[in-house]
Amino acid sequence: MRKWVLLAATALAVFGAVSANAQDTPRRGGTIRMTAPYAASFGSLDPQATPRAQDDIVGKALHRTLYNWDTANSKLALELATSVSVSPDGLVYTYKLRDDAYFHNGRKMTADDIIWSFTRIMDGSKGYPGARYVRLIKGAIDVEKGTAKEISGLKKIDDYTLEMTITDRVEPGYYFFSGTTAILPKEEAEKPDFASHPVGLGPFKFKEHIPGSRVVVERFDKFYKTGKPYADTLQVLIMADAAARDIAFRNKEIDTSILGPAQYVAYKADPELSKGVLEVAEMFTRSIQFNLTNGTKELKDKRVRQAINYAIDSDLIIKRLVKDKAYRATSWLPPSSASFDKTIKPYSYDPEKARKLLAEAGLPNGFEFELTTSQNESWGMPIVEAIIPMLAKVGIKLKPKLVEATVLTEILMKGEHQGLIASSLTGPDSLATLRCFYSKTPRTACNYTGFNNADFDKLLDDASQTGDMAKRDDLLKKANNILFDEAPVWFFNYNKAVLAHQPWVHGLQANPTEITHQYPENIWVDATSPAK
Amino acid sequence: MLSVLTRRLLNVVPTLLSVIALVFLLFSVLPGSFMSSMGEDGRTTIDPAVMERMKKEMGLDDPLPTRFAKYVASVAVGDFGKSFRTREPVTKLIGQRIWPSLKLVFAAMAFAIAIGVTLGFFAALKPGSPVDTISMVGAISGLSLSQFWFGLMLMYLFALKLKWLPSFGYGDGGLSHLILPAVALGVGPMALLARTTRAAVLDVLNADFVRTARSKGMSERLVVKWHVLRNALVLVITIVGLQFGSLMGQAVVVEKLFAWPGVGSLMVDSVFQRDIPAVQGCILMIVLFFLAINTLVDIAYSVIDPRIRYR
Repeated sequence: MRKWVLLAATALAVFGAVSANAQDTPRRGGTIRMTAPYAASFGSLDPQATPRAQDDIVGKALHRTLYNWDTANSKLALELATSVSVSPDGLVYTYKLRDDAYFHNGRKMTADDIIWSFTRIMDGSKGYPGARYVRLIKGAIDVEKGTAKEISGLKKIDDYTLEMTITDRVEPGYYFFSGTTAILPKEEAEKPDFASHPVGLGPFKFKEHIPGSRVVVERFDKFYKTGKPYADTLQVLIMADAAARDIAFRNKEIDTSILGPAQYVAYKADPELSKGVLEVAEMFTRSIQFNLTNGTKELKDKRVRQAINYAIDSDLIIKRLVKDKAYRATSWLPPSSASFDKTIKPYSYDPEKARKLLAEAGLPNGFEFELTTSQNESWGMPIVEAIIPMLAKVGIKLKPKLVEATVLTEILMKGEHQGLIASSLTGPDSLATLRCFYSKTPRTACNYTGFNNADFDKLLDDASQTGDMAKRDDLLKKANNILFDEAPVWFFNYNKAVLAHQPWVHGLQANPTEITHQYPENIWVDATSPAK
Repeated sequence: MLSVLTRRLLNVVPTLLSVIALVFLLFSVLPGSFMSSMGEDGRTTIDPAVMERMKKEMGLDDPLPTRFAKYVASVAVGDFGKSFRTREPVTKLIGQRIWPSLKLVFAAMAFAIAIGVTLGFFAALKPGSPVDTISMVGAISGLSLSQFWFGLMLMYLFALKLKWLPSFGYGDGGLSHLILPAVALGVGPMALLARTTRAAVLDVLNADFVRTARSKGMSERLVVKWHVLRNALVLVITIVGLQFGSLMGQAVVVEKLFAWPGVGSLMVDSVFQRDIPAVQGCILMIVLFFLAINTLVDIAYSVIDPRIRYR
C-alpha cells in the first residue's frame, strides 16, 4: 500500500513539474490580441511619418530601429547592429551591422538602408518627426535645408559596417530607438501605398488593416532572432473607450488592456484579475509648469513656487483621485533615471511653512494666478479642483482655465500660460530631459517655464562635455536637485502605467518608456488562450 | 419629378459651400493645430523646426481665403485633399469607412423601423391599453437613454453575461458584430418612430374619411390597411428620412464605443487631431448622405400619397 502511495506521489510530482515547465517554456503558435487604447484609429503605418504612441504599438511589430529599449536591464541595446566602437572624442561611432536582418520583401538590410532611411527623414519638404533625432548626425541639417543631398556624417564602410559622426557628445542610442527613426527599404517606402502596406524589419509582417478597427500581422519566419517570434499572429485592436475595453477584457476577447485609475482599483481588488496586472513607473512627470518669464511676477519668486509645493497635499490627491495609480514625484527626473537622487524627499504637506514662505516673499495675503488645464482625469481638471481649496487655505487664489488637450502644447510654446498642468516625457535621456530647463533652450523647443539658472546651466554644460558616463550622471543628478529646490514646477507625480493581461499571456515587458510599446517577439500565449 | 431632382441637386451646391465655409471658419478660430495635437498626450515633444516644415507642407501657412479658394477648387473636381495624419487622399480614407458606416446606419434604421413603427401602430389601435402604456414607456425610455450607457449595458448583458455576441469590433463584417452597435444606435430613432407612429395613426383614425369608410360598412381591417396606414405613413416617412439622414453623424459615440470602423470614428479622431481635410471630407460626406436620403423621402411622398405634387 505504501508503495502505491509513493508511486502516486512521484507521478503527481512529475506531472506537476512538467506542467510548471510547460508554463515556463514559450509555446510556438497562437494569436496575441493586444489593444491600442489612445485613439479611435491609427494615424499612419509609415513609422517615420508619425510620432504618436498609438501608431508605435504596431510599429514595434513591423519595424526595427538601430537601437531598442532593453526593459529587462533598463537600458538601451543595439538592435540592428551587433557591436559598436566609439572614437576617443566620442563623436564617431562605427557600427557592425547585423548581416541576418531581412526586410519582409526578402531583401537583406545593409548600411545603404540606414543611410537612405535617415536621409529620407531629413527631407526638408516633408517635416518627418524623426528629424529632431537625425539632426544629431553631422551634415543632416544641410540635407534638411536642401543644401546637400547626402548626410556627410554617414559613411558606408562596407555593406555591414556604418560609420556615423555626430555633432554632440551624447549617447546616440537615445536618438535612434524612437519608432520615427525606423529603418525602411527604399524600394517599398517609395511606393505610394507604403503607409497602408508597410514593409519593415520587424518580427511580424503586415497582413491586414481595417482602418478604425484593427491591424493584423503574422509571423515573419526570416526574423533575425532565432526561434522568435513565438506567436503566429498578432492582432492590434483599436479600443479607445476604457469602459468598453474593460468589458472586452473580462469577456476574454482581448489579451491586454491599459487601466485607468478607477479600473486599477477594481482590478487590484479582484483576486483573479489582480494576478495579471503589470505596473511600471513610466518616464512621465506630471506637474504644474509655472511661466517664469511672462507669467505673474509673484511666480518668479522661488519662495512662492516652493510655497505652492508645500501647500498642496499631493499624497492625498494621489490616493483619493489618482487611486494610487501614480508615484509621488520627488524631482523632475523619474526614478528609472540613473541621475535620480534616491535620498531626496518630496515637499511635505505643510501649509504653515507655505504661509511663512509667502510672507517672506512679501505676499502675506497671497495672490492670484491662472492655471490652464485640460479635462484629463489624472492630470487635468479633477486634480485642479482638488488643488483650489488647498491653495486657498494659504491665500492663493487659483483661476482655472479649461482648454482642450490638443492645445496644451501650443499654449506652452507660445508662453500664454501663468501655470499649466501637464504630463511631460522625462526619459530615458536625462540630459535631453534636463535641457528643457537650460536657459539657451528656446521656449518653442521645450523650455516652457523659461527657467534660467547659471549653476544649472554650468552643470549641464559640463555634463554635455564629459565622456565619462558616471560623471555625467552625477552632474545631472546635481542639476536635477537644483531644479527640485528652485521648483519651477509643482512636482505632482510620475505616472504608474498599468497593463492588465490575461493569464495565458507571457513575456510582457514593463517598459517604462511606454508600457503599450511591447517588443512582441518576446510575447507568447499558452494553450489556454481562447484565441485561435 | 425630374425637375424636382434637378432643383434638389442645384440646392446641394450652396448647402455644400456653406458647410465648407463654416468648417473652415470654425477651424480657423479654434485654438490648436495638427502639429500641436501631436504633443497632447505628453508623449511626444514636437520640434519647432519640424512644426514649421509640416505647416508649410500642409499649406497651413497660406492665408485663410487662399486656403478656402484652393479647397473649393479641388472639391469641385472631386479632390478632398490629403489627410494631415495619414498623408493619404481623404477620399481613400472615407472610402475605407463608408461601407461599415452604411451597414451600421441601415441596420440601426431597420431595427428602429421594425420595432418603432410596429409598437406605435399597435399602441394607437388600442389607446390606453397595457400594450399602449408599455410601448410608450419604452419609447420615452428609449428617447432618454444615452447611447453610450445603453451600448455598455448591451455589451454587459449580451457579451459578458449571456455570451451571445461579441462585445466590440468589426470581426469579419458579419451580423454578430453588427447587432449590438446597431441596436445601440437605433434605440433613439426607434423610440421617436414609436411615438410619431402612434400620434399619426391616432390622428388618422379620427379623420372624417375613416369615419366615412366605417359607415360604408368597410371592415376594420380594410379601414386600417387602406386608409389609416397609408395616410399615417406620410408623417412616419418624414421622421424616418430625418432620422436616417442624421444617423450617420450620430454614430460617432457608438462607433467609438464598439470600435466600429465607420466615418464617425474617423471624424472624431480627426477633430481631436485637427486633421482639417479629413474633418471636412467626413462632414461633406454626412451632409451629402443627409441630402440624398431626404430627396428619396420626397420621392417616396408622392408614391405613397398621389395628392402630393411638387411644382
